[in-house]
Amino acid sequence: MDETRIQDRSGAGEPDVTALNERPPAHQARIKGGVATPTAHDSGMKHVTGAARYTDDEPELPGMLQVYIAMSERAHARITRLDLAAVRAAPGVAVVLTADDIPGQNDYSPVFGDDPIFPPLTGDGAIVQYVGQPIFAVAAETVLAARRAAKLAVVEYVDLAAAISIDDAVAHADAAGEDLLPAYEMRLGDAAAALDAAPRRVKGRIEIGGQDHFYLEGQIATAAPLEDGDVFVRSSTQHPSEVQHNVAKMLGVPDHAVTVELRRMGGGFGGKESQPALFAAVAALVAVKTGRPAKCRLDRDDDMEMTGKRHEMRIDYDLGFAPDGTIHAADFAHVVRCGYSRDLSAAIADRAMFHADNAYDLKAARIHSRRLKTHTVSNTAFRGFGGPQGMVGIERAMDEIGFVTGLDPLDVRKRNFYPGAGEEPAVTPYHMPVTDSVIGEIVEELETSSDYRARREAVKAFNAKNTILKKGLALTPVKFGISFTTTHLNQAGALVHVYKDGSVHLNHGGTEMGQGLFVKVAQVVAEEFQIDLDQVKITATTTAKVPNTSATAASSGSDLNGMAARNAARTIKDRLIDFAAERYHVPPDQVVFQPNRVLIGNMEKRFCDLVGEAYLARISLSSTGFYATPEITYDREAASGRPFYYFAYGAACSEVVIDTLTGEYRLLRADILHDVGRSLNPAIDMGQIEGGFIQGMGWLTCEELWWDDKGRLKTHAPSTYKIPTANDRPDDLRIAIWDKGENRSETVYRSKAVGEPPFMLAISVFSALTDAVCAAGDGKAFPRLDAPATPERVLWAVEDVRGGR
Amino acid sequence: MSGTMPAVPALASRPIRFVLNGEAREVSGALPTTTLLDYLRGPERLTGTKEGCAEGDCGACTVLVCEHDGAGGLERRSVNACIQFLPAMNGRAVETIEHLGRDGLTPLQAAMVDNHASQCGFCTPGFVMQLHAAWLTGALADRQSVKDAISGNLCRCTGYGPIIEAGLELVDEPVPDTREADAAMAERLAGLEGEGVFAYEAHGHRWLAPTNVDDLADTYAAHPDAVLVAGATDVGLWVTKQHRELPLIIDVSHVRDLKVIEEAAGRVYFGAAITHREARQVLSGIHPDLGEMLRRFAGTQIRNAGTLGGNIANGSPIGDLPPCLIALGSRIFLREGDDLRIVPLEDFFVEYGRQDRGRGEFVAAIEVPRLGDDQRFFAHKISKRFDSDISAVMAAFRLTFDGDVVSEARLAFGGMAGTPKRAKAAEAALVGRPFDAAAVADAMAALAEDFAPLTDMRASREYRLKSAQNLLKRFQLEQAGAASGRIAVIGPDALDLQAIGGAA
Repeated sequence: MDETRIQDRSGAGEPDVTALNERPPAHQARIKGGVATPTAHDSGMKHVTGAARYTDDEPELPGMLQVYIAMSERAHARITRLDLAAVRAAPGVAVVLTADDIPGQNDYSPVFGDDPIFPPLTGDGAIVQYVGQPIFAVAAETVLAARRAAKLAVVEYVDLAAAISIDDAVAHADAAGEDLLPAYEMRLGDAAAALDAAPRRVKGRIEIGGQDHFYLEGQIATAAPLEDGDVFVRSSTQHPSEVQHNVAKMLGVPDHAVTVELRRMGGGFGGKESQPALFAAVAALVAVKTGRPAKCRLDRDDDMEMTGKRHEMRIDYDLGFAPDGTIHAADFAHVVRCGYSRDLSAAIADRAMFHADNAYDLKAARIHSRRLKTHTVSNTAFRGFGGPQGMVGIERAMDEIGFVTGLDPLDVRKRNFYPGAGEEPAVTPYHMPVTDSVIGEIVEELETSSDYRARREAVKAFNAKNTILKKGLALTPVKFGISFTTTHLNQAGALVHVYKDGSVHLNHGGTEMGQGLFVKVAQVVAEEFQIDLDQVKITATTTAKVPNTSATAASSGSDLNGMAARNAARTIKDRLIDFAAERYHVPPDQVVFQPNRVLIGNMEKRFCDLVGEAYLARISLSSTGFYATPEITYDREAASGRPFYYFAYGAACSEVVIDTLTGEYRLLRADILHDVGRSLNPAIDMGQIEGGFIQGMGWLTCEELWWDDKGRLKTHAPSTYKIPTANDRPDDLRIAIWDKGENRSETVYRSKAVGEPPFMLAISVFSALTDAVCAAGDGKAFPRLDAPATPERVLWAVEDVRGGR
Repeated sequence: MSGTMPAVPALASRPIRFVLNGEAREVSGALPTTTLLDYLRGPERLTGTKEGCAEGDCGACTVLVCEHDGAGGLERRSVNACIQFLPAMNGRAVETIEHLGRDGLTPLQAAMVDNHASQCGFCTPGFVMQLHAAWLTGALADRQSVKDAISGNLCRCTGYGPIIEAGLELVDEPVPDTREADAAMAERLAGLEGEGVFAYEAHGHRWLAPTNVDDLADTYAAHPDAVLVAGATDVGLWVTKQHRELPLIIDVSHVRDLKVIEEAAGRVYFGAAITHREARQVLSGIHPDLGEMLRRFAGTQIRNAGTLGGNIANGSPIGDLPPCLIALGSRIFLREGDDLRIVPLEDFFVEYGRQDRGRGEFVAAIEVPRLGDDQRFFAHKISKRFDSDISAVMAAFRLTFDGDVVSEARLAFGGMAGTPKRAKAAEAALVGRPFDAAAVADAMAALAEDFAPLTDMRASREYRLKSAQNLLKRFQLEQAGAASGRIAVIGPDALDLQAIGGAA
């Protein structure tokens, strides 16, 4: 620094305030990196140089132990013998831990208390319920030593009847007379009567596969023992507060004894919401038992076998409609494959129901949902949180209505959209009036910009000429509800410090998994103080600074944390205004924050100089901020209310070509128009839209989870589980943020959530594949096509419409 | 052990000598199966290189490896550090992401930031290293080549578009002339590599790396229980996934006389240590379908490491290359000590998990006949994902014609049986008649006699059979001049995606 700053102990007497103001403020029209600018990800430079640190990149503490978790080899079995003597005696082993070693509660579940860290060794609980379930942990000097030691365990099982598939699950639940979670139903009007009265009906079924998150950074946690039996945990998690609570619960200590911190994750997508608590708990247990720091980092295969995935679902649909495609009523029956425990399945299955209508006014509806147990890993949150599965059901039905009426499926869709703002609102199957619908406008624009009608004709012409290759085209909408449907989760906290040199330290309860939350919230704080973005330091999420946070999930990160941080900044800003008004005898409204400077009546000061003066005047320059989403309320008992603060909208048009000899296909072109309200950061939002679309395409096309009849997941590594690569992305991908977008609700700078909604744009790819398959047939049969539409499924669908199978 | 064999005197263990980010390294005491990635992230604290899968399928661990070619030249290639063994780096140079940005961001790194090409950032160092290597080796020419370069790198956040855009900015970026520095580095590496058979021992485990084929033959004859490793794209997983102990490894990747391609009398001879990358151009010249198959065969980093000999010797029932080579009528040269044996490739695969290879015998070379004017060839790979996926079915056909009549048929398949195998019944249905719809219908039916494929996570038995049958049909349609339009990126029947990509 070449200028005098406040040096409290530098000399005798009082610091000289005038020394602060030795430079006049520079005039700039706009701060750098404010709200709505396409600012690069705050860690971009660190990503490309390898300097960005993830949990495994932190220097290891001396004596750190490496932990391996031994897994069940059976889908459902009683453990009759667990002899770990040889494991304990193996070279390099420091400690071997089982359920007996857990001082507190043996559970890492988010809600229901049914996820044991390790199965109890005696009593009714001495069972394993999926292949890959943790049984015990070995901590050793190296992870290889721990692994080799674990292989020396003697585990004897007695197999019990196992439910692997949805069919198994239905049979087991029916026989037992009990589902994993109670069935749930939403009703709008008298759907049964309206269906009976409808001129036409379609009934069908679609099975929708799950999805592995395949975050590039696998699950990891480290734990270091502190004094008083406290623990410091680093965890790659979207939910530090839940990890904290689960570790404390497991240790039998108050939450205050556990601190959880993370700077960033290498991807999350929902897979690091409830799952990381297990690994943090195991690492913390090792640390407490041994007094040594411990690391639990999962190998990719172990991660994929041990952790939950997107829920597989079966949807039976029954729609009544008029000859022009207008829906009169709909009935959806969901069967949800939850895995062995409840985890977040209740809320996920609910969200599938909340999106069974997608963007359509169903007029009368019954949506029924069964949540069933299988002896497979407990399925969990994944981008969209059940919403995508629910939406696939109605979009499949729309395609079928188009098929049976001979109408273009786009016309069927348009006929049924929720009315736009200004029109009489329709209500959802959970009785929420849809007052902010812009889906009609968006689809209209995309229909034009994608040249849909001309391309429809071109596709028909192509198909008339080609017998082996067939093209398909589809334009599908997305309406996605924003808010946690569990109302109390819609809260967030932030902590902002302004240091006496005018630089700002920002912390909030949100976590960074690549989605750009940190830079967005920093932009909000920079905008509030009117200082350049580089003056705002983004810091690691820690339970020690902001307590009781909700998961960074439900697309809510910037809505909640942006508001909380803005409120914190506003508190400090208000104090600065009051201070300046009093010190310089001007009314508060004459203290105005301009880019990197403050107008105080006729005087101008640099922001940092006003801050320095306030410090010397003993004004607090630190504040928490808090935000709770207003206006939302949902009565789950009555299945009625306003669970969502607002809806995000978008639409996509996809064109595919299929090979009717092999079922192989390619996405040729996709056009996307998506509503992000007034974007906080268009560059970040574009990234979410494209990334979500491709990830959604993977879910519906090449990503297939495959279990054998013993309940063993055989697709547990990238060699067998195939997420899209660069060549799966169409060269012709035209993405636009809807320029008329504006959130009608009072969100932060009228932006909209963007994390999950674009994922469902990929349903257009699935519908286009359906369209292409239909084109291969004679128009008599609507093909059975389940998701993911692998080449094999597409080939069978082609055979189906050709009557060959 | 080795002292008992007169041909191979006991070799003193030497430290592993290599260059890391420009600095010399000498490593002793590390287990020979220590992976390069674990070494970088552990003792070196170079944590920019990430572990995403530890099996060479995600590219997050991509680093640049340079080696001298024995003739004063320097070769560069990107590899997956997660399945490279540290002793294989003896006499080589490794560059990591930390080295790349040492003097400020490179144009690629700046383009990655400007295009918003990172989100979570975990895969990013691997993409940067991969694109950097592709650029340095002249592999970036257009959009397709950029996408192909990164087909072994997985990104779960971005959808790839911004990464491709960043890569495209490199296409016109001149590659610096490094010939002088390369020559100096080649000399330095040759010096580090040392003379004779490199021997390294730690914790009772040994690594032997001969540099010529006679030394290899002697070494293997003396240690027939050793595991042979070339690119380690398979053996690497024995360690990272199966946690096997490999007490004695012979590394053939430094054997320079196994790294030659020669041609005589219409036959191409590939040394067994030729990598898939090195073979690609020649094989593409034999038939473009082979080029497309190799384009889709694993990711670039795997093609840069995996060898033809390895792909054959590991005996996989689903290897992509063996069915192609069988259809082409390839033979392999097996050597044991001073003895050489020539075996038709199809006879090498005895049954699942068993090959016709004796103790101490190794694949030395592969002979691939070029196609005659009277021959027609077809190869196609079916997998869930186009790029870098193991085949559900790999089909390769060669027909020889006498006028209009098929005089010889070689129909080879992978994924249909316990080994890569010819479809003899289907072949018989084609021979002696014109290759027409009736003949192919008979061959399709006969295929059901040839194979009873399995159902697994890649495909059902029914799909395997049906798609294999349909590929015969496609071959016939193509030969008959019908536009059957394969969904391939390159090759004579590649679909012109741009042309049919909608009303632009």
